[in-house]
Amino acid sequence: MTVKEALYTYVVRIADDSLILGQRLAEWCGHGPILEEDIALTNISLDLIGQATNLFQYAVTLEDKGRTEDQLAFLRVDREYSNLLLVEQPNKDFGYTIARQFYFDAFRKLFFEALTNSEDTQLAAIAEKSLKETKYHLKHSSEWIIRLGDGTEESHQRIQEAVNFHWRFTHELFFQNEVDKTLIELGIGLDLATLFDDWKNYVSNVLQQATLELPSHSFKLEGGRTGMHSEHLGYLLAEMQYMQRAFPNLTW
Amino acid sequence: MVTTELIWKLLDQVADPEIPVLTIADLGIVRTVEIIDNKCIVTITPTYSGCPAMHQIEEEILKALSPTITTEVKSTLSPAWTTDWMSEKGKEKLREYGIAPPENEVDKSVLFAKPTVVPCPKCNSKNTRMVSQFGSTACKAHYQCNQCLEPFDYFKCLR
Ligand SMILES: [Zn+2]
Repeated sequence: MTVKEALYTYVVRIADDSLILGQRLAEWCGHGPILEEDIALTNISLDLIGQATNLFQYAVTLEDKGRTEDQLAFLRVDREYSNLLLVEQPNKDFGYTIARQFYFDAFRKLFFEALTNSEDTQLAAIAEKSLKETKYHLKHSSEWIIRLGDGTEESHQRIQEAVNFHWRFTHELFFQNEVDKTLIELGIGLDLATLFDDWKNYVSNVLQQATLELPSHSFKLEGGRTGMHSEHLGYLLAEMQYMQRAFPNLTW
Repeated sequence: MVTTELIWKLLDQVADPEIPVLTIADLGIVRTVEIIDNKCIVTITPTYSGCPAMHQIEEEILKALSPTITTEVKSTLSPAWTTDWMSEKGKEKLREYGIAPPENEVDKSVLFAKPTVVPCPKCNSKNTRMVSQFGSTACKAHYQCNQCLEPFDYFKCLR
């Protein structure tokens, strides 16, 4: 694997996480529990899709095969997406959506913070830009975890269930393989293991404030990073890709 | 002979498509203007990653400059845009338009921190409340004035 190939894979991973979670959050458009949350979730969605655009634009220059960012976003098959299993999980209800978002945002903030020091200037620039937005996202999801956890008996029980459910996918946040190894040596990529303690401390802290239990089960699922997805991704892609598949090269 | 001063003057007439009282120069999204071999290169930076106005801004710049000089618009992400780059003139125009301009904000890592005091752009009362951190566009939060009851947008601080 060349450095360029590794970097392409690395950039597409980050882009796929943003794109797929952005698409999931966009499903809330018009369905938010209150108007302000409808707007909040779709605003976060827009930030994520914007990040994905920047990353895919960079990825196609690395790939250098004449593809566009839209082709990467809309015309791959499910096995070619490398997003985390966590971000493709269905919205289910507001509590599940917030729990999924919370684990992700807590990771993303640490990830982008560290990535601003990457030796790759374009990756560092994208991280710097995305970090400012991610801080707002994390504040939003953390405050909701606390409100729901320290809320009514029912909200407490339901957010605890959602926090427990998504826990099994958090292990994959720290997935690494030879792609990472190649880039860590060059100071381009991060050793994700170095983020784990900070991530766990932050998550534990917020859960504690929320009077929630940190899940203790060690059941772990992974596969998204290598293209092995849950059944949910297929349905998501069918909806997301519909326009480009039905009307190839359609533009606004 | 086309100078960069002239280009800046022309750019100061290009309005932001979402907040038409502001020019793109007021917003601080024009980073550099260069003239190389009779060609103008304007470098801009997005406010938010997903800002849908960026494509339109690019077209507006081309429309404004093309009669004068061949123009290319480039985009850069670093250094990332911050509301600190908004001009004082721009902030005043925002307020007159009914949008509260960015204030110095508390650290976002503090959960449930008291929301920033944002004076009402209509009656100037400081007795206002935040309705939602997220507003009608990525760059705004939603507030309401407790004094005159006017709901208003707040252009939130991005740093
Ligand atoms: Zn007022």
